[in-house]
Amino acid sequence: MDYTFLQEYWWLLISILGAVLVFLLFVQGAQSMFLQPMSESQREKMVEGVAHRWELTFTTLVVFGGAFFASFPLFYSTSFGGAYWVWMLILFGFVVQAVSYKYRNAEGNLLGRKTYDVFLFLNGILGPVLLGGAVSTFFFGSDFTISKSLIAQDGGIISQWGPLHGLEVLADWRVVAFGVMVLFLTRVLANLWYINQIDDEDIRSWNRRQLLINAPVFVVLFLAVCAVLLMADGYETVGEHEFELVENKYFNNLFGNIWPLAFFLVGTVLVLYGIIISLIKKCTKGIWSAGLGTVLVVMSLFWIAGYFNTPYYPSYADVASSLTIYNSSSSEFTLQAMSIVSLFLPVVIAYIVWVWRKFTK
Amino acid sequence: MDSVVDWSRAQFALTACYHWMFVPLTLGLGIVVALLETIYYRTRKQEWLDICKFWMMLFGVNFAIGVATGIILEFEFGTNWSNYSWFVGDIFGAPLAIEGIFAFFCESTFFAVMMFGWKKFSPGQHLAATWLTAIGATFSAWWILVANSWMQYPVGMEFSADQMRNVMVDFWAVAFSPVAVNKFLHTVQAAWCLGGVFVLGVSSWYLLKNRHVDFAIKSIKVGGLVGLVGILMAMLTGDGSAVQVTKTQPMKLAAMEGLYEGQEGTPLVGFGIVNPDKRYDNDEDAFLFEISIPKGLSILGRHDMNAFIPGIKDIIEGKDMIDGKLVNTVPYAERIERGKLAQHALREFTMAKQSGDTKAMQEAEAELKEHYPFFGYGYFNSVDEAIPNVPMVFYFFHIMVILGGYLLVYILFTMFMAYKRPEWLTFRWKNIMLFPVVALLSIPLVYICHQCGWAVAEVGRQPWTIQDILPVQAAISSLSASNVMTTFIIFAVLFTILLIAEVGIMVKQIKKGPGTEH
Repeated sequence: MDYTFLQEYWWLLISILGAVLVFLLFVQGAQSMFLQPMSESQREKMVEGVAHRWELTFTTLVVFGGAFFASFPLFYSTSFGGAYWVWMLILFGFVVQAVSYKYRNAEGNLLGRKTYDVFLFLNGILGPVLLGGAVSTFFFGSDFTISKSLIAQDGGIISQWGPLHGLEVLADWRVVAFGVMVLFLTRVLANLWYINQIDDEDIRSWNRRQLLINAPVFVVLFLAVCAVLLMADGYETVGEHEFELVENKYFNNLFGNIWPLAFFLVGTVLVLYGIIISLIKKCTKGIWSAGLGTVLVVMSLFWIAGYFNTPYYPSYADVASSLTIYNSSSSEFTLQAMSIVSLFLPVVIAYIVWVWRKFTK
Repeated sequence: MDSVVDWSRAQFALTACYHWMFVPLTLGLGIVVALLETIYYRTRKQEWLDICKFWMMLFGVNFAIGVATGIILEFEFGTNWSNYSWFVGDIFGAPLAIEGIFAFFCESTFFAVMMFGWKKFSPGQHLAATWLTAIGATFSAWWILVANSWMQYPVGMEFSADQMRNVMVDFWAVAFSPVAVNKFLHTVQAAWCLGGVFVLGVSSWYLLKNRHVDFAIKSIKVGGLVGLVGILMAMLTGDGSAVQVTKTQPMKLAAMEGLYEGQEGTPLVGFGIVNPDKRYDNDEDAFLFEISIPKGLSILGRHDMNAFIPGIKDIIEGKDMIDGKLVNTVPYAERIERGKLAQHALREFTMAKQSGDTKAMQEAEAELKEHYPFFGYGYFNSVDEAIPNVPMVFYFFHIMVILGGYLLVYILFTMFMAYKRPEWLTFRWKNIMLFPVVALLSIPLVYICHQCGWAVAEVGRQPWTIQDILPVQAAISSLSASNVMTTFIIFAVLFTILLIAEVGIMVKQIKKGPGTEH
């Protein structure tokens, strides 16, 4: 296993974790609907329908962060410290979510059930929009510079950001559209989840009606974001810290390489198939097709962002500061040690799947 | 407090303190619940199931908020300490990732089975899940404490000038450093003590109210045993901690004891009032009042009643005891100079690398290597900056020790009553039932003890994030103080509200009592 292989292997693991996280954000999609008009019994059933799943989403986010820290510490250092407000808002949402399921119906919960439902709603909106927006900066860039040598100077901080600390991306409509697209994807997945999980015709038809709204919005945003992304210029890595602007970089990455293209196309078809069979054939299993499709599409997006000589975290303040999987990774020794650890992952996943199935039955 | 360093430290301290309110109860109560379910599994008696489910319910309430406060800590390394994340992320990130992949993932899944899987899983599978929740939480603590210990005793790494950061060279040295092993044992055992004291306190309330008395006595017996094992072992490993600190962080030990000038056969201050005017370079007395145990610190730190323990002044001037011999180490003023030389060499190396001057690179690297052990001192401008807040560390340490001693006596006596004289548990003096009063008061005391212990570990190692390598002022992110102050206030308010909510829910559930659906 040479160093390059290890770096690419860890980007693959990051892409898998990121993709699974996006799928599991259906919990947040569900939460974003909790405050919509519906009967109290339906609301309780819908809350119950995702109540024992939030831990998995939460844990995946923690592992995603931990894995990024261990494998690409320069990204961790740069993005988290720089896009301060984005990450703090994400964290705020997940903190209030973690207690809300347990506390909302508990006596003596101080704030009353409605407040915890609002917490869940906030997490349901903030989580997908901000995480989606954060991931979109892999393509559209961020406002930072890096100078590692500053570590040897009194008062020197290696990464510098603009004064808005991440909030400046809200002025980039592409980032906002990407985040909102992820929000509607999670709402679609949540509708499909409920159709599959709750054996109640009223709730199923409510979710199908919601799907009729969420799915078209998602599809339109998805097509728009894809169009923008594939037509966007991007940087090509030509040296460790040297980059050249290339026309249609992500289009070339996608259509010039079989695996991302296959994953992207198959994934897109699976998502659409999951939606269509749920709406037209009244099938209840659309979630599995759409879920798998989501994972495949997100993985392909991570690949075109990080592989094929592409900086996965471009800087528009100083292009030489852009991060690639090669200039931002941990050392060969650490990646090797962590790779051995990662071999145990299938065992962990198998156990989780087993538990999940037992609960789902 | 007006700098970003201060606010970043305050925010980290805030989240760590809140997190540390919930985690010990998860660790301690987890063991209690697992033991109770084991008893139920073996006896199949409904009463044990009711007892088990009651404590499990409180465990669940506490678990959620522990998770909530934990996620902030992980991400704060990036958000508030970006220099740190790069400079040592190659080593520090690994334990965090392993904790997430194995321990936290498993813990969360087992937790779901434990809380909601009574009807979905066989009794054996459920019992296994309960034990694995407790073990998973403990395993989780292992990796977190490995990471924390590494910051206090950095091993298994070397500095790479080429990469401008420290890199891991020995995973096992990091994962099983003696400091990590001892810290893990001490912390987890102290958490068992806290879990036990919590069970004793809550159970005593039922005795006071004359409700669920049988449940209360049974809970006291099991919870008290966990607490007793915890406090006894925590005292043993506490001794180990003292030896480790003496060896690896002499400045922290000196601050813990308010010791400015060492001597052979150093006494241990059992109780004292620190003189706020005392500095390492003046002749003021260190204490306004003190009660000392002769030779106590030498015995504690070196297991040798005549051993020399260096004080703050000695350490600054370069005196220490190494391998049983009093030796001259590098004085702090020289460390600062050499740290600056190391940093200068690193800058020279960078410039030589940019210009492709291999010879200059080699020369700069050689100089860097020579002075690197003092790299972090180069960020200081005076030796004062390298001294922790002595009164704070001293008081935290002594409060912890005094409360630890109290808890040992309290739990021992409670166990004696529970097993030999149960009627004493409800003994009244002037119509006041004594045991419940003491037991309920002991709950805040055990929490104070824990918080003080954590504060000793963290304040005592200041100003370092990584001992000798990176002080706090060099570890921060490029943020304004107002940014961090705002998030500090948001999280302080949020955590306080959630804490009140948690306590409120627990109180309601406790009032309902065992055997009811929660």
